[in-house]
Amino acid sequence: MKRSSKTCLRYCSLLYLLIAGIHSASAQTDIDGIMMAKKNLCIGPMYGYSSWKNYWEGSLKRENLNLGTVSTQMYGVMGAYGVTHKLNILFSAPYVTTKASAGTLHGMKGFQDGSLWVKYQPIESKIGKGDLSLYGLAGVSAPLSNYVADYLPLSLGLRSKTLSLRAMGDYQIGKLFATLSGTYVFRDNIKIDRDAYYTTEMHYTNKVNMPNALSFNFRAGYRHNDIVAEAFLDNWTTLGGFDITRNNMPFPSNKMNATRLGANVKYHTRNLRWLQLVVNGNHVIAGRNVGQSTSINAGLFIVFDFLKKQAPASTTQNVQP
Amino acid sequence: MKKLLYYSLPLLLIATAVVPFGCSKTEKGRTDELPALQPSKTDLDAGSWKPILLTSANEFSISAPIATNTPEYIAQMNEIKGWQASLTDDEKNIVKYWSAGAVLRWNEILRELVAKHNLPPYQNEDGTYPAPSANNPLAYPQFPFANPPYAARAYAYVSAAQYDALVAAYYYKKLYNRPAPYKVDASIKVLVPETDLPSYPSEDAVVAGAAVEMMKLLFPGDQDYIQQKAEEHKRARIIAGANVRSDIEAGEALGRAVAQKFVTRARGDRAGSAGGTPTDWAKLETDCIARGETPWYSLETPKRPPMLPLFGKVKAFLFDSLTAVSLRPGPPPLTASKKMQDETDEIYSLIKNDTREHYRIVHYWADGAGTSTPSGHWDAIAAEDFIQKNYSEVRWARNMALLNMSLMDAAIVCWDTKFFYFNPRPCQLNPKIKTLTGVPNFPAYISGHSTFSGAAATILSYIVPERAGAYDDLAREASLSRMYAGIHYRADCEVGLETGKKVGDYAVQKGKADGAGN
Repeated sequence: MKRSSKTCLRYCSLLYLLIAGIHSASAQTDIDGIMMAKKNLCIGPMYGYSSWKNYWEGSLKRENLNLGTVSTQMYGVMGAYGVTHKLNILFSAPYVTTKASAGTLHGMKGFQDGSLWVKYQPIESKIGKGDLSLYGLAGVSAPLSNYVADYLPLSLGLRSKTLSLRAMGDYQIGKLFATLSGTYVFRDNIKIDRDAYYTTEMHYTNKVNMPNALSFNFRAGYRHNDIVAEAFLDNWTTLGGFDITRNNMPFPSNKMNATRLGANVKYHTRNLRWLQLVVNGNHVIAGRNVGQSTSINAGLFIVFDFLKKQAPASTTQNVQP
Repeated sequence: MKKLLYYSLPLLLIATAVVPFGCSKTEKGRTDELPALQPSKTDLDAGSWKPILLTSANEFSISAPIATNTPEYIAQMNEIKGWQASLTDDEKNIVKYWSAGAVLRWNEILRELVAKHNLPPYQNEDGTYPAPSANNPLAYPQFPFANPPYAARAYAYVSAAQYDALVAAYYYKKLYNRPAPYKVDASIKVLVPETDLPSYPSEDAVVAGAAVEMMKLLFPGDQDYIQQKAEEHKRARIIAGANVRSDIEAGEALGRAVAQKFVTRARGDRAGSAGGTPTDWAKLETDCIARGETPWYSLETPKRPPMLPLFGKVKAFLFDSLTAVSLRPGPPPLTASKKMQDETDEIYSLIKNDTREHYRIVHYWADGAGTSTPSGHWDAIAAEDFIQKNYSEVRWARNMALLNMSLMDAAIVCWDTKFFYFNPRPCQLNPKIKTLTGVPNFPAYISGHSTFSGAAATILSYIVPERAGAYDDLAREASLSRMYAGIHYRADCEVGLETGKKVGDYAVQKGKADGAGN
């Protein structure tokens, strides 16, 4: 069976940090049009740094001299496994620390939300001069520790268990490609430590109704042999929620929206194909009830080929069956 | 690896199918589905209980009700029948909501308004801070900034006015002895529990009338909302067949008249000038330096003037101003002393050991910006216990008044102490101390949470003796939460609890002498 050139590449299909809050990190998400080859496991450590000084209080952009710069560091393990070349499993487990440079508030640290995705590629066909692939993805995320959600902007995350359903299309002509995806995120309600809270009205309960969210991602760039270099634009829109009131603190069920612009590079050297380097960066260009964060992430991944029953050391041959 | 996948894949698929549709998103409040209040006793003699401000239960007179056989009364009965002929779900819902108790619901509404308005103003361009204006309540910063002392005073005035108004109402209920509409005409359906309590004037309308009049002063920018709630409340009673319109009108007028007396008191209780002036703020600092002590500084940027530094001068409900000063505890450890160093070190070690349980306790009790404040939290704790007791409306009001007068007077004594000593916060003496919640913008000694909680636990233990142990545990946890948070020293908390208990004891004495019994 003839396979298109791109799926023969052994790039790790990886999970990217998707910023979805005034907090700087959220559940990881798979967003690229690459599949892992059958019985290949790609796994490795990832580090991320994100910070913001300005944020949007509702639609008002402001700074907060009592927070200064809010920064987040993420140390994670991520991986992807090819069950078949059309069905991949992806997972991540991040450890996060947060800090404010000014004011008195104590930073937080701990395991954030683990995520697990299934990625299925039902269709791959030649259309015109290029290859079109369509994907369906489903992912779940849940807190890996009993971290505090209601301590924004220094919370590690929002604690909401999520289920994401994503449709994605990828088109490649020669070395150039474009990927478009849309995701609906179901978010489960959360419990906080307070027993009453005010949103736009009083709630005499410790349970918080978390609005669902919708996200879109467009990425395009160069993908050939040993390198993927791409730029992306994405948007996260919370379907409900409320604005932070004037000079108030943020709350987990705020209407958090963000549009980001970023770039991503994946690379492996020709003679060490089992070792992958991933570096990406992004910046929030528009938002509502979120920090205007700038983030960089870097990861180093090792590819194991279980089909060959040996480490896929420096060979040049393709790994397709 | 393969085995793991065989398990995880089906699980993921099932979750995909079930999770989005399996969970209902709307979360109910704890008091949303309460049953109707069915008082275990009517307290028909409450007209003889001792009021707080009224000279006597009949200080404000209301005219005798029209007889139940007059055409006018019959017309009012027909109004009820008209509503009941076709009830919408919305109408059934408001009947159900208000039937849980008038004092309870207005207390919840008050807590909501406090939470809405408990936000510190944003600074001006020049680094100063604007003050809210009662004359222009909707301009930013909105009036009021319902901070803990302001809120404690608001809860006390509303509760006390409702109590006095109900004492007067019960006096007239017994005097005029007009039966409820459903006792006059058996064809009237009654949608709330029946009672032998005479219906004129309506206790619900009295409570609403007193609340509306009092809240005009306290939350002048929220009149639309308050009026809408009051209209709904009065309508609910007519729809329910519990009152005719003349019961409601007499009750509302009485509630307003009694509340006017409290409004007059509030205008002259010195709370209006509690914010002080730049001269007052500077004097607090220079006086403290003159005593050889390190003064408190605001830890906000830009530095914010202290929260209501003259609130200690506000006229208390439970004692006179000399007594208030006599309740001021002795000084905290000197800022340069070894003892103060040790207490600061203790807090530093606590915040370094910031366990999840510490966060739970700190955040449960934080009651900071955007919340109903510690007083509102104690009102919520009390309300959940009072619900179990099936009190009459007048007993509900009396118990809430005793609690909220304790909380307001605790705020007065606490604020007097804070600004008398002007003692710095732990993170001012050691900037390495990072706090688990926001640092309140006023001096440390004595802890407000501890004083509030000591007072609340003391009066509640008198009202609901079987819960005394639980209240004491709650007060201790609230107090300790401020040490875990890194914002108070041990001395602030321990002395705060003791001082609060002394304030609470005055309320217990008042409760023992008011003729209500327990």
